[in-house]
Amino acid sequence: MNAIEVTGLTKAFHGRKVVDDVSLSVARGEIAGFLGPNGSGKTTCIRMMCGLLTPDAGDGQVLGHDIRREARAIKRQVGYMTQKFSYYEDLTIEENLAFVAGLYALPAEAVRDTLAGLGLTSRRSQLAGSLSGGWKQRLALAACIMHKPKLLLLDEPTAGVDPKARREFWDEIHGLAADGLTVLVSTHYMDEAERCHRINYIAYGRLIAHGTVPEVIASAGLTTFLVTADRPGELAARLRKAPGVEQVAPFGTTLHVTGTDRAALERALTEAGASFQPGETSLEDVFIRLMGQSRDNMA
Amino acid sequence: MTGISLRRLGALLRKELIQMRRDRITFAMMLLVPLMQLVLFGYAINSDPKHLPAALVAPTQDRFSRAMVSALELTGYYDFTHVGISATEAEALITRGAVAFVVTLPSDFGRRVERGDAPQILIEADATDPSVASGAISTLGTVAAEALQRETGASPTQPPVGIVVHKRYNPEGITQYNIVPGLLGVVLQMILVMMTSMALTREIERGTMENLLALPATPVEIMLGKVMPYMGVGAVQVAVVLLAARLLFGVPFVGSFGVLAAGIFTFVLALVILGYLISTLARTQMQAMQLTFFFFLPSLMLSGFMFPFRGMPGWAQTLGEVFPLTHFLRLIRAVMLKGAGQPDIAQPMAALMVFVLVYGLLALARFRRTLD
Ligand SMILES: Nc1ncnc2c1ncn2[C@@H]1O[C@H](COP(=O)(O)OP(=O)(O)OP(=O)(O)O)[C@@H](O)[C@H]1O
Ligand SMILES: [Mg+2]
Repeated sequence: MNAIEVTGLTKAFHGRKVVDDVSLSVARGEIAGFLGPNGSGKTTCIRMMCGLLTPDAGDGQVLGHDIRREARAIKRQVGYMTQKFSYYEDLTIEENLAFVAGLYALPAEAVRDTLAGLGLTSRRSQLAGSLSGGWKQRLALAACIMHKPKLLLLDEPTAGVDPKARREFWDEIHGLAADGLTVLVSTHYMDEAERCHRINYIAYGRLIAHGTVPEVIASAGLTTFLVTADRPGELAARLRKAPGVEQVAPFGTTLHVTGTDRAALERALTEAGASFQPGETSLEDVFIRLMGQSRDNMA
Repeated sequence: MTGISLRRLGALLRKELIQMRRDRITFAMMLLVPLMQLVLFGYAINSDPKHLPAALVAPTQDRFSRAMVSALELTGYYDFTHVGISATEAEALITRGAVAFVVTLPSDFGRRVERGDAPQILIEADATDPSVASGAISTLGTVAAEALQRETGASPTQPPVGIVVHKRYNPEGITQYNIVPGLLGVVLQMILVMMTSMALTREIERGTMENLLALPATPVEIMLGKVMPYMGVGAVQVAVVLLAARLLFGVPFVGSFGVLAAGIFTFVLALVILGYLISTLARTQMQAMQLTFFFFLPSLMLSGFMFPFRGMPGWAQTLGEVFPLTHFLRLIRAVMLKGAGQPDIAQPMAALMVFVLVYGLLALARFRRTLD
């Protein structure tokens, strides 16, 4: 049975639907990415899954418990890391961890081990509010896995975290998943999306793409060419106006030119007198296209 | 299922206590404000002030009038700032409030004293605040008589003067001891309701509510975790105020301490739960503060603290019954001043318990388990 199985989740704030008919399933032991532009409803979805918000419509199960009626049972087995740091800034690192440990009735060693794992044993008496942004994230993550949950709901856990710590974080996530933990993680980073087993893309409250990364890329049906130019800025400006060209993204001296119609794209590039070669469509190209598409659908 | 886990409650309590301790200003306020209020309120209402400005209207200056003035000044109550003025001038002074007393000697004062026919002295006192005048007036008769006896050298069987006192503007006084026990209720209500009304709004405003709700604590545990530390604060405040009432104001305590403690405990419990109820209703700390005052002001007016309860119109008395303070005032005055025992205060005690129950149930019903 899937760790998360929700159908038709809908939530409106002040008459505006911010999550609209979202159905999502995440298998046990899977690392599922949750992507989408700002304000697309990721946080709202996650809150509904762990019983912090009541859906207006839709229902489902998390770890086999009904999300409407068994929020308490879900909370016990889920580790939820909020997007905004929501531990106590006027408590020390150790006091925060002890608070969480107490609520889950964990032994005192849990706090000691977590401190050691974070490498924060020597700084345990520092107020959480005085930690840097990245360290706050790491503390929050450590606190929400302390009780060995079966499902982790992580809302942008690596925002503002340095590359090395991010790598360590993902290594740890994969390690935990190998032991059977399920993870749903929202992120804006493409490299992190690619580290997920499957991704779910939400825009304007609707789930518009899901699957493995190659599946999502393939389903978009995009063609990308790499264009090298002496003055990429000028060429990019010209190409953006050309028919068949949907995206032009400069990467140093190369331009990634993307479109759905391969023939039209080749014509536009030849007319512009650019030298080009086929390239791989990236997840980012796909997402930007999906974002534009769904905005058109909304309008 | 909603059983209370001591482990979880302990974690919640520890966290609240640490936060309380770290918040220095609030912590200091919780201890200093009651003391400050007691001293300010207590002295303002309950004082026996000295060195009050006075005027002397004496058409003739002789050794008797001088002896009277110096004897009165010696009591410490009177400072004659205006001497030898006319009755019209004195009237203007007391109306303006420039003097608290006007002492008027009759024109043939000295002669009549010597003749021994007990001339009358008129003391007019500004009794807008009755407590101001009472001490000064009560010493007056004996002092004046003694002074004049010394002057005449005789010890006549009848008093040498007759004293006529006019208490002006507010002829009845109010009982002093009423105030300080009542003040305990007011101080507790103010601090405890205000503090606990922030309990949840603080979590919401700091963004920690989302996490607290995601953790496995039950609504009852959260409520107890929030209000119990303030019971402790209340206990300290009670000790401070009762001690000060004794040492500073000499308020008598004739009742049983056990009975009083039980009453105070129930009252404090009702207050902290009321504060918590307010915090489940308010969205921001500002709203919580406003709701607290919305409750605080009428309860101050209608509880019988400010105005005698029996003096209020019927509707106001009925309204007054909905405030815990009303019942607490009856309870504490009865116990401290009249020595009432358990059976005598059963009624206010039961009322307070009803408040605890009603507020607690309302708070649990209002508590939002979600962020909706
Ligand atoms: N409690 C609320 N009341 C009113 N509107 C809300 C509330 N919570 C969220 N919204 C709105 O719902 C929409 C979706 O918000 P949500 O936080 O779920 O987006 P998100 O995908 O997590 O965005 P981000 O990537 O910026 O974190 C936003 O427009 C937001 O303003
Ligand atoms: Mg979000």
